[in-house]
Amino acid sequence: MSAVIEHDHHEDHHHGPDKGLMRWVLTTNHKDIGTLYLWFSFIMFLTGGVFALVIRAELFQPGLQIVEPEFFIQMTTMHGLIMVFGAVMPAFVGLANWLVPMMVGAPDMALPRMNNFSFWILPFAFSMLLATFFMEGGAPNFGWTFYAPLSTEYAPPTVTFFIFGVHLMGASSIMGSINIIVTILNMRAPGLKLMQMPLFVWTWLITAYLLLAVMPVLAGVVTMMLMDIHFATAFFDAGGGGDPVLFQHVFWFFGHPEVYIMILPAFGIVSAIIPTFARKRLFGYASMVYATSAIAFLSFIVWAHHMFTAGIPITGELYFMYATMLIAIPTGVKVFNWVATMWKGSMTFETPMLFSVAFVILFTIGGLSGLMLAIVPADFQYHDTYFVVAHFHYVLVPGAVFSIMAAVYYWLPKWTGNMYNEALGKTHFWLSFVGVNITFFPQHFTGLAGMPRRIPDYALQFADYNMISSCGAFLFGFSQILFLFIILQTIQDDKKATNQVWESAHGLEWTLPSPAPYHSFSTPPKNLQEAHG
Amino acid sequence: MMKLMQLKWLISFALITISSAAFAGWDDINLREGVTQISREVYDLHMLIFIICCLIGVVVFGVMIISMLMHRKSLGHEPADFQDNHQLEILWTVIPIFILVAMAIPATTTLNAMYDAGDAEIDIEVRGYQWKWQYTYIDDDPNPATQVKFMSNLLTPPDEIYNRAAKREHYLLDVDNPLVIPTDTRIRFLITAEDVIHAWWVPDFAVKKDAVPGFIHESWAIAEEPGIYRGQCAELCGKDHGFMPVVVHAVERPEYDAWLADQKQAAQQAWNETGKTWTMDELMTTGEEVYLRACAACHQVNGQGLPPAFPSLVGQGIAVGDIDAHIDIILNGKPGTAMQAFASQLSPSEIAAVTTYERNAWGNNLGDSVQPKDINSMLTGQ
Amino acid sequence: MSEQSYEAYYVPHNSKLPIFASLGIFLTVFGIGNILNDMSAGTEHSAGMWVLLVGGLVLGFTLFYWFGTVIEENHQKLYSDQMNRSYVWAMGWFIFSEVMFFMAFFGALFYVRFWVVGWLGGEGDRGPSELLWPGFTPEWPMMSNPETDKFVGPAEVIPSLQLPLLNTALLITSSFTVTIAHHAIKEGNRKKLINWLAATIALGLIFLVVQGYEYYHAYADLGLTLASGIYGTTFFMLTGFHGAHVTLGTFMLIVMLGRALKGHFEADDCFGFEAASWYWHFVDVVWVGLFIFVYLLGGGPTGF
Ligand code: HEA
Ligand code: HEA
Ligand code: HEC
Ligand code: CUA
Ligand SMILES: [Cu+2]
Repeated sequence: MSAVIEHDHHEDHHHGPDKGLMRWVLTTNHKDIGTLYLWFSFIMFLTGGVFALVIRAELFQPGLQIVEPEFFIQMTTMHGLIMVFGAVMPAFVGLANWLVPMMVGAPDMALPRMNNFSFWILPFAFSMLLATFFMEGGAPNFGWTFYAPLSTEYAPPTVTFFIFGVHLMGASSIMGSINIIVTILNMRAPGLKLMQMPLFVWTWLITAYLLLAVMPVLAGVVTMMLMDIHFATAFFDAGGGGDPVLFQHVFWFFGHPEVYIMILPAFGIVSAIIPTFARKRLFGYASMVYATSAIAFLSFIVWAHHMFTAGIPITGELYFMYATMLIAIPTGVKVFNWVATMWKGSMTFETPMLFSVAFVILFTIGGLSGLMLAIVPADFQYHDTYFVVAHFHYVLVPGAVFSIMAAVYYWLPKWTGNMYNEALGKTHFWLSFVGVNITFFPQHFTGLAGMPRRIPDYALQFADYNMISSCGAFLFGFSQILFLFIILQTIQDDKKATNQVWESAHGLEWTLPSPAPYHSFSTPPKNLQEAHG
Repeated sequence: MMKLMQLKWLISFALITISSAAFAGWDDINLREGVTQISREVYDLHMLIFIICCLIGVVVFGVMIISMLMHRKSLGHEPADFQDNHQLEILWTVIPIFILVAMAIPATTTLNAMYDAGDAEIDIEVRGYQWKWQYTYIDDDPNPATQVKFMSNLLTPPDEIYNRAAKREHYLLDVDNPLVIPTDTRIRFLITAEDVIHAWWVPDFAVKKDAVPGFIHESWAIAEEPGIYRGQCAELCGKDHGFMPVVVHAVERPEYDAWLADQKQAAQQAWNETGKTWTMDELMTTGEEVYLRACAACHQVNGQGLPPAFPSLVGQGIAVGDIDAHIDIILNGKPGTAMQAFASQLSPSEIAAVTTYERNAWGNNLGDSVQPKDINSMLTGQ
Repeated sequence: MSEQSYEAYYVPHNSKLPIFASLGIFLTVFGIGNILNDMSAGTEHSAGMWVLLVGGLVLGFTLFYWFGTVIEENHQKLYSDQMNRSYVWAMGWFIFSEVMFFMAFFGALFYVRFWVVGWLGGEGDRGPSELLWPGFTPEWPMMSNPETDKFVGPAEVIPSLQLPLLNTALLITSSFTVTIAHHAIKEGNRKKLINWLAATIALGLIFLVVQGYEYYHAYADLGLTLASGIYGTTFFMLTGFHGAHVTLGTFMLIVMLGRALKGHFEADDCFGFEAASWYWHFVDVVWVGLFIFVYLLGGGPTGF
């Protein structure tokens, strides 16, 4: 019996995709939707990247050369927002769409129509957000953290559209995560136990819970802003008994878990790739699951480490410092497990592995600087300087973004049926690796030396490192055109990939043909031993 | 070949990380030690956690690199078959705990010292405005006539910012009126803001505190060496967030006392002048000076503004209309726009002068004027 | 044999519903955004109203068809047990996300009450803030705000043991009536189902009327408004969002009543009804929280 009943009135029973544009608009297929998410995210990455390049171009030298301060800060804001909500999150959702049903042996996502809905909200939301550039008052100019009252009483009128944009993204994320949770809990192949699932599935399950818990809080905080702006409420106005710092508490209650939302799926990806290329089973599978859960739990109780200078009582400062430091322990477990997986393996360094190894190293550097930020007295000096910018770009760019690139190279042959060009892939990796470090490593120095973030112009002593950083940004940015080229070439090409693609890849997705059939598992997979890598 | 390159990179990377420690004294790439007890403690703490992190990096990356060099397929290395090792896993859960405790202890001590609310000798209110600071020396027995209170504006001229003139030393880090404090004296800063959140930051004192409108946050410092200490606003506060430096001038006690006496005298004089009747010329001269300092950034030197964001004041609108409305918008600003309330930023004389100036400059020859004492009585509510 | 144990899972081939829903929701919020901006800027002329109208219609019709389609597919027996479990999980986690939404507002209330009021009045670490608000006395409910000319405080607040108590009784009763209706489905007793469901809806509607009256009273007589400072802010936002949820819940129940009248729901096939009733219970639980924290412990006079 087929696992998928199709509701088509055609005579022919091929379960393939429709033709033409409408295939993408109307699709309910998890792979099509995954593809949509991934392309959308790539476009957003380039858009956010171009904004970053404007920032870096202006900061190439001291003085104002290219943009006015007002526009600069709009660039910073939109860069942060687009990268976080438009590039990284949708990329992970896209990967989940493609991979989770295949990895758990399901025919599709649990709620296929809602899946399409979750995606198609996004282009509308981001069009609205980007349209604010052309509206009166200009785009949002209060940073991606939009602290009140800069984002309420003192905001341009477009803040209203920003708020509704956030509502839409939130709705999309909530529906997306419900779908993923239900797929994982309800759609596993018969006999597939939770503790047999690949780590990517585990990390996404936990991420989906984080999303479900914090996206509504984000919706809450922007709603409070909306009320303060248009209905004279006093949430963030001391004159009416409110408190601007209340905004920060609610925002960071969302915001801190949000940064783990952007890294947990990355952990899952790396945990799939390293064993494959080390030709060894993942070290400490169970502890990986527990560590991820511990990180997720801790992420709810550390939010005020972003607010150490915001006038928190000392007991609060100490508590949030200790709690934040604790996160190093489960994260360390993960790092050590990856290293132990590589240890005494039989390693080869294809492009996905290169990105994964770079991930482990550079993410750890970012994590360690995060730990330094957690030390309150030191954070008084680091806070709101480029040291913070360096920290989070290390965990986000060679962290989250590298993991996404690793995933694309790793699964691209499965998606398209074709092998990518390995030499070009490696070139892309080395350009990106060098570019990223040239861009963000010097920012540690400028930050420590005292350069504040979110400024369009800076004092003369920061000039040298900013120039280096800007050069790196352009190198890294333009390398991504090569990435685009490699992907397009792979789709066009005819270098057939095998079903298993990688010599020692484990997991149900590799038991399917390449390219994967339109409906993943029409009959349940049998060899569940293969499930986790 | 690829492998070689990779190796080179990894090693040079580790080297950079480690050698950064060696550059510790280098101001351009590291924290400043600063000039207070606290700031030095913070510096030591920073170096401690930094070195610990570097060591962790060396160990972790070291093992990784060895593994990547030795355990590769191209060398014919066969994969081992282990998936678990509970002792090892316990070990690498427990060791980090000890490392963290080692970091947390000095951090807690330093933090306690920072929050220790001792008795300060001098209280100074620090108030953030878009985009300047205001300092008020709080007297034990307040006397409005001799209150020392002034704005501290960026001194760097637009020509330097827009690359039309050479950038001088302290580019963007210079102000017209720095905060002056005595050395070896405990100063309490009462930090607040008028409009949006700012953060008052002096790296050399290791003081960074958010200035939140409607709330006062406390901080303190004892500067041990005379000198000029520069910092910047450290919380995004709008378009000119990058242009509101903090400059503190620490001087020996006698010099401070002399300075304060001068300031009080000047305040007294300004207070007296509020009461006298000003001539048109006096109003216009002072008015122009005030206008260029406080208003020209938005309304431009020629009064034309930058419509639609900043309205022109020439030949149209409030500046050539009813004088009470004109004074009102200057005193109270217009909420929700960039036009701020100047009542607490400018003295009555200055407000009177700038109002008169706007009504009679650039061809707005209305001929009317307003006296400082009238403004004063408006402010005090008579 | 394992093939038999793998149930058929219905995946529609494609669907026009989501794209219309996306368009509808986008136009709706875009229209509201324009209206709000016009309102605050004091201008009127933009097409916000029309955009909202179109968006609302598109969204409304799409959702109507969407749910209709799902019901129809269910009738055609396209849904397996597994499919139904998917819906159950999905509804459950959706309600969880709603709980978190309310948590944001409850959190704001607690933070303000426990800390901010004290700070503004001179207590604790941010106590020096008092210097900025010389005339302010910290109290809850906050009858007089720090900045008295910008935020005019309320003259009185809603006493907790009068209408709010009635409302509590109404909602708690309704939780029971909807459960009885659910049992009626299980027993296959349609008449009982319809009666008790109708009773639940009636209770919900009465609740809304009472709350509407309370709001009117607050605005017209007590000077308690959204703009009367943080007490009014938290009061109206919490009870208002709750009221919006009651409205939605009542609407869902009305739809369920319509379906019951059309003969839908079997003992083993009543997910739509169950979803609505869970939602209703959730709304009730939130109300109990509100009654305790907003009215009883936060509302000043009890009314006796
Ligand atoms: C993917 C995103 C991501 C991730 C994973 C992290 C991870 C961490 N972050 Fe980061 N962070 C951000 C994204 C992220 N962060 C962003 C975007 C901001 C800025 C927001 C803004 O203001 O715009 C920020 C800001 C930020 C701040 C606020 C700084 C400030 O504004 O003053 C702090 C402070 O505590 C912090 C801490 C940490 C810590 C302790 C971790 C830990 O999870 C790191 C744990 C990892 C390790 C420690 C390394 C591996 C461990 C070992 C090898 C074991 C041995 C180690 C020890 C025993 C020490 N982060
Ligand atoms: C996942 C998130 C993410 C990612 C991937 C990035 C990527 C990058 N970021 Fe960003 N960044 C943030 C998240 C991210 N950032 C956040 C949250 C902030 C804080 C915002 C705030 O303060 O509010 C921030 C802030 C921030 C700043 C500080 C700005 C300020 O404080 O004023 C800087 C400055 O250097 C910067 C730089 C960069 C650079 C150079 C990249 C590079 O990786 C970008 C690479 C470039 C490209 C990918 C462009 C490629 C495109 C082309 C070459 C054009 C091709 C055209 C066609 C094909 C048509 N980022
Ligand atoms: C940061 C920007 C900024 C500064 C500095 C500033 N203004 Fe304004 N000003 C504005 C804006 C914006 C408006 C328009 C407000 C509105 O929308 O009505 C305005 C309006 C005015 C008006 C009313 C114009 C009209 O016809 O509506 C007057 C008069 C005025 N400002 C005087 C001054 C004076 C005097 C100073 C200095 C002491 C000053 N402004 C400093 C931004 C500024
Ligand atoms: Cu003031 Cu930034
Ligand atoms: Cu955080």
